[in-house]
Amino acid sequence: MSRFHEYQVIGRHSPTEKEPTPRLYRMRIFAPNEVVAKSRFWYFLKKAHKVKKASGEIVSVNEIFEKKPLTPNNYGIWIRYDSRSGTHNMYKEYRELTRNDAVFACYQDMAARHRARFRSIHILKVEIIKDEDVRRPYIKQLLDKSLKFPLPHRVVRPSSKKYVQTFVAARPNTFV
Amino acid sequence: MVFKKFVEVGRVVLITYGEDAGKLAVVVDIVDHNRVLIDGPTTGVTRQSISFKRLSLTPLVVKIPALIGSKALSAVVAEEDIVGKFGQTAWAKKIQIRKTRAELSDFNRFQLMVAKKERRAIVGKEFAKLRTAYLKSGK
Repeated sequence: MSRFHEYQVIGRHSPTEKEPTPRLYRMRIFAPNEVVAKSRFWYFLKKAHKVKKASGEIVSVNEIFEKKPLTPNNYGIWIRYDSRSGTHNMYKEYRELTRNDAVFACYQDMAARHRARFRSIHILKVEIIKDEDVRRPYIKQLLDKSLKFPLPHRVVRPSSKKYVQTFVAARPNTFV
Repeated sequence: MVFKKFVEVGRVVLITYGEDAGKLAVVVDIVDHNRVLIDGPTTGVTRQSISFKRLSLTPLVVKIPALIGSKALSAVVAEEDIVGKFGQTAWAKKIQIRKTRAELSDFNRFQLMVAKKERRAIVGKEFAKLRTAYLKSGK
C-alpha cells in the first residue's frame, strides 16, 4: 500500500519585465515520487495556463501526510479518464484508511475494470464522504454500526514459506 | 453449517502470518470486505489494517465500541483476561505442545523415547493377556 504520495506543488511562470511577480499556482498531485509529481504538475498546468516547464519554475514541492492514518473513511473519487474510444467522467467510492490508499485503489481498479493506465487518468477530486451520502451499495453494506459476518471459506495460509507442502496427508478443512 | 465465529468489532483474532505471527489482537473496526483494523496493546501488536488472509478468528469476543483507543482497549483486555482465557482453550494448548516439541533438547528426546517405550510395554502386556484369553476362548 501507499505506492502513491500526495504532494503539494506550487509553481509559476518565470518572472519577466512585463510580469515581474507572476501568479503562483498550487496543485495537489498524487504521484509515486517528487519527480513524477513535478512532471504531472507541468502537464496539468500547461492545460490550464500559458506556461510550460521551460518558461516556468517550481517554487515548492511538499509532501502532504495523512492526519489520521488509522481511521477508515469513505473516499469518493471523481475521475476523468481516456478509454479507447473517448474520454469519460466517473465517480468511484472506496473505503480506505488514507487518501493515498484510496487513490492507489482507484488506479488499480481502473486498470482492472477499464484497462486504463496511469497516464490516461486525471484525478479531479478526492473527498471524504459521510456515511449518509455514500452512493455505492458495496460501500453502503459496510457502514452498518453492528456489522458482523462470518468467513465462510477459509484457506489457511502457512505462516512461512518453509511450511508450504506440495502433498498433504489429509484434505484441508475450510470451515473456519 | 452454522457459523459461530464472526468478523465483528471486539472479535479476538490470532495473527497467523507476518512478523506478528502467533500474537493475539482485537478487531477495532472493519475497513472493507477483505481488511480489518486490529490492535493488541498488551500483546505487542501495533494498531494496523490487516487482511483476513493473515488472521484466524478465535471464539472469544470483547464488548467494545468501534475505534476504541489503545489505552482503553488494554484496560478491557486485562480486565477480561483475554490472553489467559485463550490460553485455556484446546487450540492454545495444541500450539503450546507443538512449541514444546520443537524446542526439545537431545536429552529430552531421549527421555521421550524411553517414556514411549515404557507405555508401549504396559499396553503390550495388557494386549497380550487379552489376546491369549480370546484365542483360548475362541478355540
